[in-house]
Amino acid sequence: MAIVHDIDTGGSTPALEAKRVSVSYGSKRAVSDVSLVVPRHRVVALIGPSGCGKSTFLRCFNRMNDLIPSATVEGEVLFHGQDLYRPEIDPVEVRRRIGMVFQKPNPFPKSIFDNVAFGPRINGFDGDLPPRVEESLRQAALWDEVSDRLDDSAYELSGGQQQRLCIARALAVRPEIVLMDEPASSLDPIATQKIEELIFELKERYTIVIVTHNMQQAARISDYTAFLYMGELIEYGPTEVIFTRPAEERTEAYVTGRFG
Amino acid sequence: MSRERAPAGSEHTSPTPSDPTGATRALGASLPNDRRRRRLGTVFLGVCFVATSIGAITLMVLLVDVFLDGIGQLDPEFLGNYASRFADRAGIRAPLFGTFWILLLTGAISFPLSVGAAVYLEEYAPKNWITRIIQVNIANLAGVPSIVYGILGLAVFVRWMGLGRSLIAGALTLSILILPVIIMAAQEAIRAVPDSIRQAAYGLGATRWQVTRRQVLPMAMPGILTGTILALSRAVGETAPLIMIGALSFIAFTPQGLTDQFTVLPLQIYSWISRPGEDFHAIAAAAIIVLLALLLAMNAVAIVLRNRFGRVRSN
Amino acid sequence: MGEAVIGGALFMCAALSTLVTVGIVVVLVGETLVFFRDVPVVEFLTGTEWTPLFAEKNFGVLPLLSGSLLVAIGASVISLPIGLLTAVCLSEFASERVRGVLKPALEILAGIPTVVYGYFALTFITPLIQVLVPSTGTFNALSASIVVGIMIVPTVASLSEDAIRAVPLSLRAGALSLGATRMEVSTRVVLPAALSGIIASFILGISRAIGETMAVTIAAGALPQITANPFEAVQTMTAYIVQVSLGDTPTGTVEYRTIFAVGFALFVITLMMNLASQLFLDRYRERYQ
Repeated sequence: MAIVHDIDTGGSTPALEAKRVSVSYGSKRAVSDVSLVVPRHRVVALIGPSGCGKSTFLRCFNRMNDLIPSATVEGEVLFHGQDLYRPEIDPVEVRRRIGMVFQKPNPFPKSIFDNVAFGPRINGFDGDLPPRVEESLRQAALWDEVSDRLDDSAYELSGGQQQRLCIARALAVRPEIVLMDEPASSLDPIATQKIEELIFELKERYTIVIVTHNMQQAARISDYTAFLYMGELIEYGPTEVIFTRPAEERTEAYVTGRFG
Repeated sequence: MSRERAPAGSEHTSPTPSDPTGATRALGASLPNDRRRRRLGTVFLGVCFVATSIGAITLMVLLVDVFLDGIGQLDPEFLGNYASRFADRAGIRAPLFGTFWILLLTGAISFPLSVGAAVYLEEYAPKNWITRIIQVNIANLAGVPSIVYGILGLAVFVRWMGLGRSLIAGALTLSILILPVIIMAAQEAIRAVPDSIRQAAYGLGATRWQVTRRQVLPMAMPGILTGTILALSRAVGETAPLIMIGALSFIAFTPQGLTDQFTVLPLQIYSWISRPGEDFHAIAAAAIIVLLALLLAMNAVAIVLRNRFGRVRSN
Repeated sequence: MGEAVIGGALFMCAALSTLVTVGIVVVLVGETLVFFRDVPVVEFLTGTEWTPLFAEKNFGVLPLLSGSLLVAIGASVISLPIGLLTAVCLSEFASERVRGVLKPALEILAGIPTVVYGYFALTFITPLIQVLVPSTGTFNALSASIVVGIMIVPTVASLSEDAIRAVPLSLRAGALSLGATRMEVSTRVVLPAALSGIIASFILGISRAIGETMAVTIAAGALPQITANPFEAVQTMTAYIVQVSLGDTPTGTVEYRTIFAVGFALFVITLMMNLASQLFLDRYRERYQ
């Protein structure tokens, strides 16, 4: 059974809550019986060795697992107290309100502007697009680098810029929560640092759940850290506790780099 | 209305920590815009599946139509008789033999040439402009209308080489027609042979030809044969190039040698279709059944080969 | 020593394909040049009457070109949307089981000889059209367009599907994560990203429709005329070539050389389209490699 330390939700309903969530691909169980609370406006990091199910678990929060025909999700994922997996819930609405940034930058083969404007456009945004695009790019700390070339193809940006563009693209939909799946894993150290600074700023406005295989990164940016191992939640608590005085031996072994 | 249509953004543009309850809208209270998009998505899905099934439905209708028209005429006599002015006495003995002759000859001519070309391009060719031209040219030849090959066959084989309206002229014409198809299929099969195999053989001191002949070709052969059979089935169904070389005439004998005149099933079918009268259309349909059965058999062989090929590759 | 001979022989095999192209060009250009000694190029390219086999001879290729275009346009109206939607369906929506049925069906459709399509047009499609529009003649462009359209659906569908499948899955995931419906993912991200490959498939499909011979010879008729009415008979370039070679036109005459002139026109048109298609294909391959 997982050890869960004190999680401060500030007295309100948490932004997200997983209740005994299990995910299987066919007969193979990838995530088993994980329960976890994500408080509002906090950064929660999911860490663990590769293949531990952290990315799969992350994808439960915006129903991206729906797209894999063999995947089945059991348990409940509560978003402001409501189960995302109720049959009458439209996954499209879920994904609009819970954004996602992927492991590798995946800008569309369109202009920088059109990339950011994509979300508002499909979601029927009838306000003024340029301010929305500018605001999103500013939030993603990219505006200063691209403001004079919004019509250039997104493919002309560097990898780090592309990833920030993808963050801006996610923010343009005005989600309440942003899920990040190892957003810096394909970037160089300088670009990584920029993304980390950005995440720090973003938590003012958004709730963030981030998967990372980089423990220093988790320690630097997150408020809470969950350690998963072989599909199970081992330990969850304030980041400081997990990294300095974990209760579980396996957690300690992992965060001190003794296995991975 | 316009406020309602605005997405989630208008209600929680920037939830701030000072608002810990973060007044949020319940999930599932979908906006009119969402419902419209969902409906549109369903309609689109329906349109896609309907469009996709049109091909399959047409195929069914075509097969059933031909079958109903022709099955009554299909008897041993039909297979054994020569063509006739009278529909009820006409048969497909000559075109059936002609088709088999053409199949064998075209295969015998095009297979070695195509495999040779493919081996050259994959295993021997230096990366230079000549190779590039040859490669681009093969891709373009594959798109040349078949009737243009007929014109070439007429000018070169029938007249310039003086082969006349013979089997060999027909086989040569169809061979150059399917040459690019087999070359490209063979190239793909050869390319699929892992490089490690070649390196291992070279490491043992084998020459290029020994590597190609003993290692690469045997592994690529199922793929090459599949491509060849599919290309030959195209040759067997071709009509226009053979009309061009003048093969459409009344033939009431089976060819005995390469320089004999001949006819094939598609030509006989065309000749019966172009006659007015239901009874000739019926025997055309009967001949089509025979032709389709032959093509089906060839395709079945190709599929069996391909499946075995697929297994070999995944191991 | 033996190695060099083998290498040389293999090179000859590969070079043979180039010789075929040279042969096609030499034959077509050579005979066409002779043809233009008797018929002015301007008359051939701009004349609106095509009657080389009549007593009063006219050599304007426009009626044949118009016939080919009418059938090709009709076929495109059918095959381009159906082919594209089929490609979208196969790559984006269909389950493995549905794919397992539809893909072979398309392959069979592609493998049916064109003379069979001609039979189907003449004995099934045309009578059907005549039920709906009784004034339609036995030979009409519409019937030919329909079967040629069906015939090239597999070409368009399979090439488009290749292009659509080459679009990385991460783009689809990205769009979905922004709250796009699956239709929006297809129409706003995947199709635009695959556009050059789709255009290539369209061009190649139309080129095949123009080069198609037997179905149009059987179903569209032998009446060279400039018309946009699909219920009328027309004659395509390919059907004309077949008509001459079926007849007893003596070799060496101007009439006989028309097949080379028309053949050359056909070759140039289809070659241009195939090259254009290749250019678009190269573009999308560049992008996603």
